[in-house]
Amino acid sequence: MAMIAVEDLSVAFGSGESLVHAVDGVSFQVEAGDTFGLVGESGCGKSTILRALSGLNDHWHGQIIIDGARLEPKRQRSFFKKVQMVFQDPYGSLHPRHTVNTTLMEPIAIHGLDRADQRIAQVLEQVGLGPAFRFRYPHQLSGGQRQRVAIARALILEPKILLLDEPTSALDVSVQAEILNLLADIRSQARLTCILVSHDLAVIAHMCHRLAVMNQGKIYEELTVDDLAGNRPRHSYTRQLLQASLGYDRRLAAAATLADDGLDSGAA
Amino acid sequence: MTGNAHSTAVSAPSHQGWHAWLTAEVTTSPRQASFQRMYFGWLRFLRNPLAVIGLVILVALLLVAILAPWLAQYEVNEQNLTTRLQPPSGDHWLGTDELGRDIYSRLVYGSRITLYIACLVAVIAAPLGLIIGTTAGYFGGWTDTVLMRITDVFLSFPGLVLALAFVAALGPGIENAVIAIALTAWPPIARLARAETLTIRSSDYIAATRIQGASSVRIIVKHVVPMCMPSVIVRITLNMAGIILTAAGLGFLGLGAQPPMPEWGAMLSTGRQYMIGSWWLAAMPGLAILLTSLAFNLFGDGLRDVLDPRTE
Amino acid sequence: MVAAAEAPLLTVEDLSIRFLTPHRIVEAVRGVSFTLGREKVGIVGESGSGKSMTGRAILKLTPANAMVEARALRFQELDIMAATERDMLRVRGRRISLILQDPKFSLDPIMRVGDQIAEAIPPDKREGKARTRECVLEMLAAVRIHNPRRVYDLYPHEISGGMGQRVMIAMMLMPEPAMLIADKPTSALDVTVRMQVLAIIDDLVTRRGLGLVFISHDLNLVATFCDRVLIMYAGRIVESCKASELRHARHAYTQGLLASLPRIAERRPRLAVLNRDPAWLTE
Repeated sequence: MAMIAVEDLSVAFGSGESLVHAVDGVSFQVEAGDTFGLVGESGCGKSTILRALSGLNDHWHGQIIIDGARLEPKRQRSFFKKVQMVFQDPYGSLHPRHTVNTTLMEPIAIHGLDRADQRIAQVLEQVGLGPAFRFRYPHQLSGGQRQRVAIARALILEPKILLLDEPTSALDVSVQAEILNLLADIRSQARLTCILVSHDLAVIAHMCHRLAVMNQGKIYEELTVDDLAGNRPRHSYTRQLLQASLGYDRRLAAAATLADDGLDSGAA
Repeated sequence: MTGNAHSTAVSAPSHQGWHAWLTAEVTTSPRQASFQRMYFGWLRFLRNPLAVIGLVILVALLLVAILAPWLAQYEVNEQNLTTRLQPPSGDHWLGTDELGRDIYSRLVYGSRITLYIACLVAVIAAPLGLIIGTTAGYFGGWTDTVLMRITDVFLSFPGLVLALAFVAALGPGIENAVIAIALTAWPPIARLARAETLTIRSSDYIAATRIQGASSVRIIVKHVVPMCMPSVIVRITLNMAGIILTAAGLGFLGLGAQPPMPEWGAMLSTGRQYMIGSWWLAAMPGLAILLTSLAFNLFGDGLRDVLDPRTE
Repeated sequence: MVAAAEAPLLTVEDLSIRFLTPHRIVEAVRGVSFTLGREKVGIVGESGSGKSMTGRAILKLTPANAMVEARALRFQELDIMAATERDMLRVRGRRISLILQDPKFSLDPIMRVGDQIAEAIPPDKREGKARTRECVLEMLAAVRIHNPRRVYDLYPHEISGGMGQRVMIAMMLMPEPAMLIADKPTSALDVTVRMQVLAIIDDLVTRRGLGLVFISHDLNLVATFCDRVLIMYAGRIVESCKASELRHARHAYTQGLLASLPRIAERRPRLAVLNRDPAWLTE
């Protein structure tokens, strides 16, 4: 049975005239131990799906089943031991006035876990930060180190499912490689099921088994990474994303502009 | 005062060791981390000379209040009708009042009342404003509407008028004056805390804490309040001048401290009747009020530069 | 190179920028030299490599606590090192334009888009209201906005990010500069919009013969968009090559960066991690 099953999920913001369907009838399944990619441009609803899954957004309709249990909008405390999330911006996701130690103590205190000291030391080791980092403030850490702390915070509750919201898009490429390697290691060690949200097809292709391409709240196409690597997308939008991710091409860029008439009037 | 602790620390025999410990790029204990943070804040504070002047005045005021029995030349309420309305002289540095009491000694003892009022108001108003503001900001919706409309009601009266009404209801006296002033001092703090909370609420670190299963109370107390603290402290310091003036105003109107307490506002009030012939009766307590309010304002400005999270 | 035949637009020789902090002196840029002709030069590097600071130094827009030194810093006939603030005001936005990352912060929120673009025309080049409006509409069309008349009267919050960036570019081009500095101009944009914006910049640079300094951290993009690439590491240029030859870069740092990029077509269990060699700092 699938670890995560999402059926006809919809999330809308606003009401009446200004109602916006951020996510519009989305369905997908993720098997245990798999990593599923959600790719699309900003505002396509991919992060909103993660927020509904994680319980940060409780205004959704449809059905979410995690590990066999159907989820309600309001979550029990035990839910959060099973599902954790890593955010995009390592500069905004750590409390600026808490040391690494305080940040990692918080989940332990909330869930009343024992062996706090040991757990913190262990998880810091696991994400490649030594004990020397334990009493530093976020402003004393680099972007990559902050993201490691954020990953440690997610791991300390030993979850089964890790939701990754653009975990490397704020980092330099060399740091991105380190973090992606770390995530791959942790995933296999802890046998995690992951959903990775990104706008970068290359990152998705590197990390995931299957992916869904999203635009305007809908899944346009679901495909395997092999299909993507073999340049076999079915939907024209996926093809466009694929081409754009390969770099600038004068001929294609000119063609893309012609298809933009609708965009102008739409935005205006 | 963290500042004092550090200046002694730096001038300690092991100057080099302390300095290295405080400026180390890698901190190894929570104590060192927080001390270092204070130390760098202190260095930043020292760069603002006006703020340092404000701090010096406040520290002096604190010392005067503590050492009042040794600093005062005469007993507070020691009357001597033969030497009434004396101008400043060697015997009476700041002159004497209409009952022959030494104004300097009364001002020295009055500093205790002023600080007592200021501290008590801060201790009541800051937590009250913080709780109401952060709760309204964090929950939003109906909670926000109800709490903020109550705040608006309090805000719509001028502070002194509201304080007057409370004192009129509770009866004159210094404790009631403090309560009345505190009740007028919390609404601006609640507004400020709410505004801060609105931006903090939507940040990723709050989302991360929610995902760990933290309750709303825990998030507000442990995550939101510490972020609001700096601006609230700055705000209350800047408001302190107004609080002291309101206290003096109540004293002036006879609704605060009662005679023969050497409260500065009450002294100013009695001095007013003798203004033409004996200016020092009103001028000296007036000057003390002015200096203290100014010091709080200067200090608050400097504190803002140090504590404002946006400057870090 | 491309510009060898004519005098370069910009000459930078031995540029250094230092900052004083409570801890120590930070050397943001250390001895950078390059020239720019009528071509697209990319400066690539990671955050903190000094690439943006180099761009700012050309316009004398470095922070107040920065100490800038250079053997030569020349734009056409102007000696930028010796130029006064008044001289620079005549250069910035008129002869050298700067395109920044996020258009939302650079546009005045309470002024119509068209009027903002019109403001960018230097006073001595304005010829009456009707003519100005026409100029702006032409420029909007040049940055491929399909309904210029309508967009002219919109406020910045009414347009999308991609269009905002195109409006910024229109503003920057209004005074007909000789040189553009684009500091990560497209990193806040979505991939498909990014291509359009790049196509516009590409067109304008080629057609009007401008010089472009393109600052970016995206190796793929620079390799495919620019003519020449300078790779910066810790304040120095460690390598410069033709953009088309970037894949065969010689320097270990460039090779390391390229190897650490995930690629769609070739799947690897692990990405190569960059091992920073201390020798790169000094060589």
